[in-house]
Amino acid sequence: MPLDLEVNGRHVAVDVDAATPLLWVLRESLGLTGTKFGCGAAQCGACTVHVDGQAKRSCVLPVSAVAGKHVTTIEGLTGPVADALTAAWIEEDVPQCGWCQTGQIMSAAVLLGTNRAPGDADIDASMAGNICRCATYVRIRRAIHRASGKLGGAR
Amino acid sequence: MSGTLLRRDFLRVSAAAGGGLLLAFRWLPSARASEAPDAAAAAADFAPNAWVRIAPDGRVTVLINKAEMGQGVSTSLSMLLAEELDADWKMVGFELAPAGKDYVDPTMHMQVTGGSSSVANMSGPLRQAGATARAMLVAAAAKGWGVPEAQCITDSGTVIHAPSSRSRGYGELAVEAAVLPVPQDVPLKDPALYRLLGRPTPRLDTPDKVFGRATFALDVRRPGMLVAVVARSPVFGGKLKSFDDSAARAVPGVKQVVAIGSGVAVLASGFWAARRGRDALAVEWDLGPGATLSTDALREEYRQKAQTPGAVAWSVGDAASALAGAARTLTAEFELPYLAHATMEPLNAVAEVRADGTEVWAGSQFQTVDQAAAAQAAGCRPDQVTFHSTFLGGGFGRRANPTSDYVVEAVQCSKAAGVPVQLVWTREDDLHGGYYRPLWHARIAAGLDASGAITAWQHTIVGQSITAGTPFEPYTIKNGIDSTSVEGAIELPYAIPNAQVDLHTTQVPVTTLWWRSVGHTHTAFVVESFLDDLAHETGTDPLELRRRLLAAQPRWLGVLNLAAAKAGWGSPAPPGRARGLAVHHSFKTWVAHVAEVSLLEGVPRVHRVTSAVDCGRVVNPDGVKAQVEGAVGFGLTALLYSAITIQDGRVQQSNFHDYRMLRIHEMPEVEVHLVESSEPSTGIGEPGVPPVAPAVCNALFALTGKRIRRLPLRPEDLRA
Repeated sequence: MPLDLEVNGRHVAVDVDAATPLLWVLRESLGLTGTKFGCGAAQCGACTVHVDGQAKRSCVLPVSAVAGKHVTTIEGLTGPVADALTAAWIEEDVPQCGWCQTGQIMSAAVLLGTNRAPGDADIDASMAGNICRCATYVRIRRAIHRASGKLGGAR
Repeated sequence: MSGTLLRRDFLRVSAAAGGGLLLAFRWLPSARASEAPDAAAAAADFAPNAWVRIAPDGRVTVLINKAEMGQGVSTSLSMLLAEELDADWKMVGFELAPAGKDYVDPTMHMQVTGGSSSVANMSGPLRQAGATARAMLVAAAAKGWGVPEAQCITDSGTVIHAPSSRSRGYGELAVEAAVLPVPQDVPLKDPALYRLLGRPTPRLDTPDKVFGRATFALDVRRPGMLVAVVARSPVFGGKLKSFDDSAARAVPGVKQVVAIGSGVAVLASGFWAARRGRDALAVEWDLGPGATLSTDALREEYRQKAQTPGAVAWSVGDAASALAGAARTLTAEFELPYLAHATMEPLNAVAEVRADGTEVWAGSQFQTVDQAAAAQAAGCRPDQVTFHSTFLGGGFGRRANPTSDYVVEAVQCSKAAGVPVQLVWTREDDLHGGYYRPLWHARIAAGLDASGAITAWQHTIVGQSITAGTPFEPYTIKNGIDSTSVEGAIELPYAIPNAQVDLHTTQVPVTTLWWRSVGHTHTAFVVESFLDDLAHETGTDPLELRRRLLAAQPRWLGVLNLAAAKAGWGSPAPPGRARGLAVHHSFKTWVAHVAEVSLLEGVPRVHRVTSAVDCGRVVNPDGVKAQVEGAVGFGLTALLYSAITIQDGRVQQSNFHDYRMLRIHEMPEVEVHLVESSEPSTGIGEPGVPPVAPAVCNALFALTGKRIRRLPLRPEDLRA
């Protein structure tokens, strides 16, 4: 039976097993490949999306759990926080291999959405669920501070 | 180096599709070229291809023959070509080149990415390609204006004739340039005139990666494509005996179940169904002798072997006699575990085996090797396999596998199923399925004379060969010694008159592979830790001891002194903290790290790493810094957390909860300083890794008096 979803502001119907993790519905049914598979166990954060504004690991979230909720992926991340973050990410030249970076940005967007002037401890608390095997952490931290500055939240 | 380089053998220009200028260079081994001096006769062998395309709108596209796995080659290689082309950098983009003989590495004779060699090996060919293209654009402009070429200059994608105040853009000139003869041996720029090389340059691939638009192999979609997940032997060397797929086939979405070389593949409409189908398989394995394997037993076996000398890998003077005659001796043993690469993008590939040819999409460090393996699996010739290179969600050596495991699996699945197949490894498959940095044991002994001078050094290494049984064996194994087992231990830079390195190569069914910085991962840890032991034993400052022993090694001293000065070596560390240092040379690059550490409730905390790097003339300073920052984190992960352990033949780790990665709150500040140099450019992908663990452990020794001799670090080893 098709499930009705709202992804990036669009209503879509997908015909999948209700237990299928949201990640695979996004990537395979909807072609939104900016959300990445890293572990399948909510350990690495590469699959992070927003569900009703909260950061969620889509690799362990059954698609049935997001029916009726707003799902946002990197492809649909818009607004001042998104603009500040993506610009800062580019200015700091954060990515190396790049696989984890969209998940990093999705987590950082939730942080800056609630705290425009995060300190290092806030960044640690919000970003520790996102692994970067290339260890771009120095620049992730700098980019979040830079984005905070763009949003007028610099300390 | 130029003596062993391939020479430019053939150069052809044709009008590219779209009317642009396309320059095709063909690089052949000198020996082969001299056998076939007639370029016209050899021309029939050449597929048209290009390092650079210039479109009529002025866009410049550089073809990247190396794997972009995060190390930044798509930018640094583009910079090399664009510099000599005098391109407008804002108009420069890149494409990842497919596998093809025209894109083989001029030194390694294969299209491979490894050994931190991309910039070193490609600098000459790409700069030459850019200079030649520029010369032709100048010739086209001069011809059109009826002026001497010598009166024309180039600047930012424009040819300028100053005497008549005329200029034309490269895009406008592309079609005219394409029909001109190709000049030979165009001189390269004086480096003093460089405008791009040596300047911090933003990566060309960053925006696509930030917005999620970059295409990795797992993002490839083909019409009618199925997704495959494979059940593989739970132990090394196990063979498929039988399987019952009735429950797997009952899983909605599962389309086919096929036996392939490595096990049983479940093909489904998507990943989730394929994985559920794989979980529903009942498979019987003939486990074989691998079922009794345990790393605890291996560690003991290795320890015993290390008590006797192995095959001599390198020797100066007479280490045995000098040890026997020493006033004092010091001996230590070190253990390092198997390590998984754990690339963030799990291994995967897409294959489409058709009657008219095979296509593969993969993130690969081994494009022509994988292409050949794909051909063998598909039952065709390599030139019938179109191998599309995608971005790699991490490589670290795992995507440079002589067995081409994940590519072959994809091809076998597609061939068996008759449809395009995306073969996907889960994270658990990745950690269980090999290939690993080998387990190592080292025993090291030094002799000191009455004055405390080091007179003898003996380093015995025990572990598996990475390259035995692979096509690389003829290049890496000489007289029974795999150079990748002893690199970083042999040719010790320290002035010690009697030194020997010997090796016991073990035979273990665990599959092993190069892991970012390969043999240097263990040799640097052992050598630099033990040198610290000797400094302590002789009451010498660790920096001072190294300075003395490196007096005749200016590039070693250069990074050592720079890192020490920038870290404030010699001044007191902040309260509760201590510093340690290490220096190492790998892949023609020198790196020194000074680590500053403390203990928080008995757990080590690395606050800051100050690094100095000498990689010759720097192409992209910001790229070098990024690689060293990342190498620090990569090295810390291994030091603090990583071990693949095996019991009853089974790998005990399965995902990131028990194969931990460093996380952001554990990342130190990293400060990277570059040695100014006009020496040839060398690599930076790997050389930052080896000195990380010893620098941190030397700092922990300074703090606690406890020496870490077994990795990964266990906090209890730092307690009294």
